[in-house]
Amino acid sequence: MADFALPYSFVIALLPLGAFLLIGLWVGRVSRGLTMVITLALPGASLLLALALAWSFFTTVLAHPELYPNRTLIAAEAAWLNFTPQLTGSLGVYLDPISVMMIVVITAIALMVNIYSVGYMRDDPGFGRFFALLNLFSFSMLGLVMSPNLLQMFVFWELVGVSSYALIGFWYQKPSAVAASKKAFIVTRFADAFFLVGIIALAFLAESFDFLTLNGGETAARLSHPVQLLGLEFNQLAVVGLLIFAGGWGKSAMFPLHIWLPDAMEGPTPVSSIIHSATMVVAGVFLAARMLPLFAASEVVLEVVRAVGVFTALFAAAIAVVQTDIKRILAFSTLSQLGYMMFSLGAVQLSGAAYGHEGLNPLGYSASMFHIFTHAFFKCLLFLGAGAVIHAVHSNEVEAMGGLRRAMPWTYWSLLAACLAIAGIPPLSGFWSKDAILLAAYQSGHVWTFSIGLLVGGLTAFYMFRFFFLIFHGPVPAERGVVHEDGWMTLPIVALAIPSVVAGYLCKDFFSAYFLIPLPLESSHLAHPVWLPVAAGAMGSAGLALAWVFYGRGDLALARRMLHRLALLHQLLVHKFYIDEGYLFLTRTVIFSGIAAPIKWFDRHIVDGAMNGVAMILQAGALLVRRVQNGQMTIYLGGTVLGIFFLYLFGRLPL
Amino acid sequence: MNLTNCLILSFILLSIGILGVITRRNVIGILLSIEIMLNAANINFIAFARFSAHDSTAGAIFPVFVMAVSACEMAVALAIIIAMYRNKGHLDSRRLGELHG
Repeated sequence: MADFALPYSFVIALLPLGAFLLIGLWVGRVSRGLTMVITLALPGASLLLALALAWSFFTTVLAHPELYPNRTLIAAEAAWLNFTPQLTGSLGVYLDPISVMMIVVITAIALMVNIYSVGYMRDDPGFGRFFALLNLFSFSMLGLVMSPNLLQMFVFWELVGVSSYALIGFWYQKPSAVAASKKAFIVTRFADAFFLVGIIALAFLAESFDFLTLNGGETAARLSHPVQLLGLEFNQLAVVGLLIFAGGWGKSAMFPLHIWLPDAMEGPTPVSSIIHSATMVVAGVFLAARMLPLFAASEVVLEVVRAVGVFTALFAAAIAVVQTDIKRILAFSTLSQLGYMMFSLGAVQLSGAAYGHEGLNPLGYSASMFHIFTHAFFKCLLFLGAGAVIHAVHSNEVEAMGGLRRAMPWTYWSLLAACLAIAGIPPLSGFWSKDAILLAAYQSGHVWTFSIGLLVGGLTAFYMFRFFFLIFHGPVPAERGVVHEDGWMTLPIVALAIPSVVAGYLCKDFFSAYFLIPLPLESSHLAHPVWLPVAAGAMGSAGLALAWVFYGRGDLALARRMLHRLALLHQLLVHKFYIDEGYLFLTRTVIFSGIAAPIKWFDRHIVDGAMNGVAMILQAGALLVRRVQNGQMTIYLGGTVLGIFFLYLFGRLPL
Repeated sequence: MNLTNCLILSFILLSIGILGVITRRNVIGILLSIEIMLNAANINFIAFARFSAHDSTAGAIFPVFVMAVSACEMAVALAIIIAMYRNKGHLDSRRLGELHG
């Protein structure tokens, strides 16, 4: 096969855009059948092209390391905005292992979600609108991962935000959905403001938007010097790096900006599925990975990435243990897994190593990308399965579920595979990527990060199997109607089960061989302890066993007793550590009534009051003056005569 | 008979005319007052022509023009007044304010 796919790689992104325009502007309103055809055909073609692209990329770029030392290829580039002669923002396609991997994952997940949605949204009046937006979403994400520079990335970054806003608030008749979409948009926009400042600062200091330039060693050396900010001394590189990372912080819903992600469950389940697996939330991790060579030059940034990641992983896993809405369980599990990806990137830095590029461990980077890859499949599968269950029992709450194993056999076995994968049970896909992440943390010497990662692995297994057992095992609630599986929905669920099972084992060597940080690094030969995968697998199995003891036997008495004993902790977790309440207090009490209300009063009464006062004086004066012009000739003439008389009196007339 | 006496006469006539325009309510009265002011101006023309100009022709001819124009004006004005009287039934200038802004 020739490398024809490389120069035409931008078509992969344009196909979903075409589907968006066709369905959104025309077909969606005309015909459901045609909408279905388009929404399956164009993303399908996009997936085929993406696979062809991956093959071409492998045979041309990866097979010739002497020609492409950075494993990077700018497949297409067109100048777009010329700011100054040195600073040009261009549009293009940047291909390297991680972007090609993301392209394949996004197109694959998008196609699966499209197929699934045909079944899921069958009776929805917004059928056409839904598919138009879904395709816009995958277009935005494809454009984002293809970006060769920060400017294009920011454009698509915001497009992802907008399309997720429209999709989360898809059922706009529901006030909770509208609130959730606003929350998602505002929280991510809040982070994006820092991102934009970071982009501007970086473009100003480095005189470039291009990743190739920014990630080169010269930029890091150029930026790395102390600056004065607010009277304190900071490293300029660290400040810029943290600003850029702030964008990913919000998009990937890291603590404390995680609050939008659980609420985003208000959208239709296929939307949650695509947000959590391939688009939106992994954009933040992708950004951090993309800028990692620059971040890696500053120990502070990596420190922050790792700390935020590992904290979010533990925090979200703890909350997921007690949630009763199955989509929320999955949402918090995504948060936790994103935490894994983040701290894995942060673990690139060796603990206590010298400042700069020398002391780096490339495994953290490849492990993080590997986890994105495997996580996309099983998380998408989990959401699609949860959606099928919700579709069947018409409720999100675990109380309405139970005993669905007989009624939904395909979903049962596929979800079992996904749960085993995310729990890190060997030899399913999640085990390999999680093992790589833990290994990276261990090798780099971050003992705390490693231990928490191991612990969260056990928690993950526990809450995922709690989720699984509560849905499929146990007694059947009395008031349930007839439950059946839908063909359109079952097909992608079963199809995704295959990569969930095998992707890890098949791809692990591929990832560690090719997904290296584009830096001239020596592959460090660090310890690879044999006990680590065993410990990770054992931790997962222990979590699974615990979940079986509490929830799997069809008898919840023990679980209830436990909850009763730990009531205080349980309350804390159910309320998600009161973070939302804290934000509400901060916005309502502190910002709205403490700051906004006095400012509003000042604006209404002082600023507007002054303006209105001037207008009122003028109006009153005008009323007075208007009396004079009454149409009586005699008054006018009398006035003239009086005027002449006074002029004469004061000597202004030459008489 | 000198220039000063003539100017004083003209001033008195002008003042009577202005006073008439200001105080009269009847439109015909206002018209008559305007005629008086015009005549005051005519007297000025004649007086200056007679007593101080080198060539008195222009000063003597101008009042003739003024009289001709004021005769025309008077004809038009009387026609308007008659029409007005037919429409309104009165000629009180205080009640004729429709055209003010």
